[in-house]
Amino acid sequence: MAEFKDISPNASATEKLANWFNNRYPSAGGFYKAHMSEYYAPKNFNFWYFFGSLALLVLVIQIVTGIFLVMHYKPDAAKAFESVEYIMRDVPWGWLVRYMHSTGASAFFVVVYLHMYRGLIYGSYRKPRELVWIFGCAIFLVLMAEAFMGYLLPWGQMSYWGAQVIVNLFSAIPFIGPDLALLIRGDYVVSDATLNRFFSFHVIAVPLVLLGLVAAHIIALHEVGSNNPDGVEIKSTKNDKTGMPLDGIPFHPYYTVHDLYFAAVFLFIFSAVLFFAPEGGGYFLEYNNFIEANPLKTPPHIAPVWYFTPFYSMLRATTDVMVYVFIAVIAIAAVLAILRGGFRSGAKIAIAVAAVVAVFLLKAFDAKFWGVVVMGGAVLILFFLPWLDRSPVRSIRYRPDWHKYVYALFVFFFLVLGYLGSQPPSAGGNYVSQVGTLVYLGFFLLMPWWSRLGTFKPVPERVTFSAH
Amino acid sequence: MKKLLISLFVACGFALSALPASANEGGYPWDKFPEEKMTDMAALQNGARIFVNYCLNCHSAQYMRYNRLHDIGLTDDQIKKNLLFATEKVGDTMKTTLDPKQAKDFFGATPPDLSVIARSRAEIGKGSGADYLFTLWRTFYRDDSKPTGWNNLAFPDIAMPHALWQLQGERRAVFTEVKDEHHPGKTEHRFERFEQVTPGAMSEIEYKEAVGDLVAYLQWMGEPAQGTRLRIGVGVLLFLGLLIVFTWRLNAAYWKNVT
Repeated sequence: MAEFKDISPNASATEKLANWFNNRYPSAGGFYKAHMSEYYAPKNFNFWYFFGSLALLVLVIQIVTGIFLVMHYKPDAAKAFESVEYIMRDVPWGWLVRYMHSTGASAFFVVVYLHMYRGLIYGSYRKPRELVWIFGCAIFLVLMAEAFMGYLLPWGQMSYWGAQVIVNLFSAIPFIGPDLALLIRGDYVVSDATLNRFFSFHVIAVPLVLLGLVAAHIIALHEVGSNNPDGVEIKSTKNDKTGMPLDGIPFHPYYTVHDLYFAAVFLFIFSAVLFFAPEGGGYFLEYNNFIEANPLKTPPHIAPVWYFTPFYSMLRATTDVMVYVFIAVIAIAAVLAILRGGFRSGAKIAIAVAAVVAVFLLKAFDAKFWGVVVMGGAVLILFFLPWLDRSPVRSIRYRPDWHKYVYALFVFFFLVLGYLGSQPPSAGGNYVSQVGTLVYLGFFLLMPWWSRLGTFKPVPERVTFSAH
Repeated sequence: MKKLLISLFVACGFALSALPASANEGGYPWDKFPEEKMTDMAALQNGARIFVNYCLNCHSAQYMRYNRLHDIGLTDDQIKKNLLFATEKVGDTMKTTLDPKQAKDFFGATPPDLSVIARSRAEIGKGSGADYLFTLWRTFYRDDSKPTGWNNLAFPDIAMPHALWQLQGERRAVFTEVKDEHHPGKTEHRFERFEQVTPGAMSEIEYKEAVGDLVAYLQWMGEPAQGTRLRIGVGVLLFLGLLIVFTWRLNAAYWKNVT
């Protein structure tokens, strides 16, 4: 325990109060220093580095607006739809709070996707930042659960049937599936019981987990320090006297004013959508969701909200034909590994056995189940990124030029998958989304191979920075 | 970095051009609803009058309160005198007296609640809900093969009879059989034009205006706060625009000595 300090009786009231506080909570000042005034961040952050703090801003918007919505919303299948319209019409400023929350949900995914993309291109997940990345992936996963459950609450047709479709996916899991789906719904169809438990999860259980993970994400980041667009470790060149990184700059005030500036830009765009296009052209608030849920009337076309559509596309792409493609890919991979991999004979046998087992399993279960596996795997594979990437440099800046085209191809197909997932199924669209699924999975699964290839550029000792 | 951005933009452009057109398209194309009616109080009030006189008999607008009509310039007195018929109070929501069960027997379908009808009927790639309603109300025609004797181009086999027929008059639709280019031997039943059978109380232009007013009202009723929203939005954006300038200069002031 720190020593109890006395202060001169002539000191000002402010000083006395500060001293009183410091004697009782001495670590508060240290906390502030460690995370704000003496947290050294690289000074060469660019545009892509705004999205972390923006995600935090959106989280706060969602929590605060959520608190006010819960004051007027009724989690009851007979009243939920009505209570949302009540908020939109009769609650003073209810429409504003509701639109902030619905636009905020989409904004959350926009900033999180851009934040993840930043991590991807600058290798922010590489050693020693694996935990930062893993906590981040967990946040993404939990955020998807949060958004999915929140989307049921307005109790419109898309809320209802979207939930029905997604919960039914769990029933495709062999052996435990049907019981698991029943456990999630609390009923044999999506019903009042489902609405009540989703409400509980959406407003308290999942947000608690989310906040814990966000805290872990930021603490883990501040332990190892931020990466930067050059992928250079700023802690390796320190000032001899102060011991502070030469290329670092205190987070407060430099990055607080920096982030404040971009927060204003973000809020401008956010408000432009909120006040002038709150439906987001039918993508943020789906038109069908203005019809109250009707368990007896299935809409002709059920589309999830835009932020789920890339993964939904991958689910739909996994047809019986696609399973044969997976079998062919596994067979080719196994043959290549055995012939060209340079493994010992024991390992070769193991590879052959594993391939045969994999092929057997692929045919033993329904394609629908493998669709669920592909969809879940597409998210879970992100967790392994730190170990999939074997490139000798972190940042895209010092990778071979053709790597940029690989990333562009990946992003291109991710967007195409997103678009196709919002559309009704079609033969041509399905073919494109199958190609997209293979590109998405191939990007990650083949990364240990392709990320090492090519001529890498020399990485500078210090970050590249030109004064503003 | 620049190369990466450029290749991303090129990729996105390619993606947009290469993708198949939205599959939502199809059916009778919708006309554009005259949006300028949304700021025309007289039009909105006339729309409210038509709505209460013609629609509210069968349809409810159960989330909409009569006294919310203040927002389109009506006073409590005006609402009481012109729009309330039976025992309703100005603070009540717009309910219909038609029993939903009976309605189902009469029409084969329960008339849907109209509070948010204009929002729910929009389709991505096709048009707004107002466009749909504006088209729906001008494409009714006589069809003796239907139980009600009416059919509609925007909503084929619609259960609702033409509630505004006295205003528009009766019309019949002329179809021609066109050879289907994609399926030889098959013909396509294609709409050609309408023919007036009996005259209505309104001329065609008057009727179009009246329907425009009604749809404006339905669109407004879908979100009564929309006028406020747009007005406040302008102020919010002006404020944030100013905030961007200040925070931009604040940021620059802090960073000017960082080398």
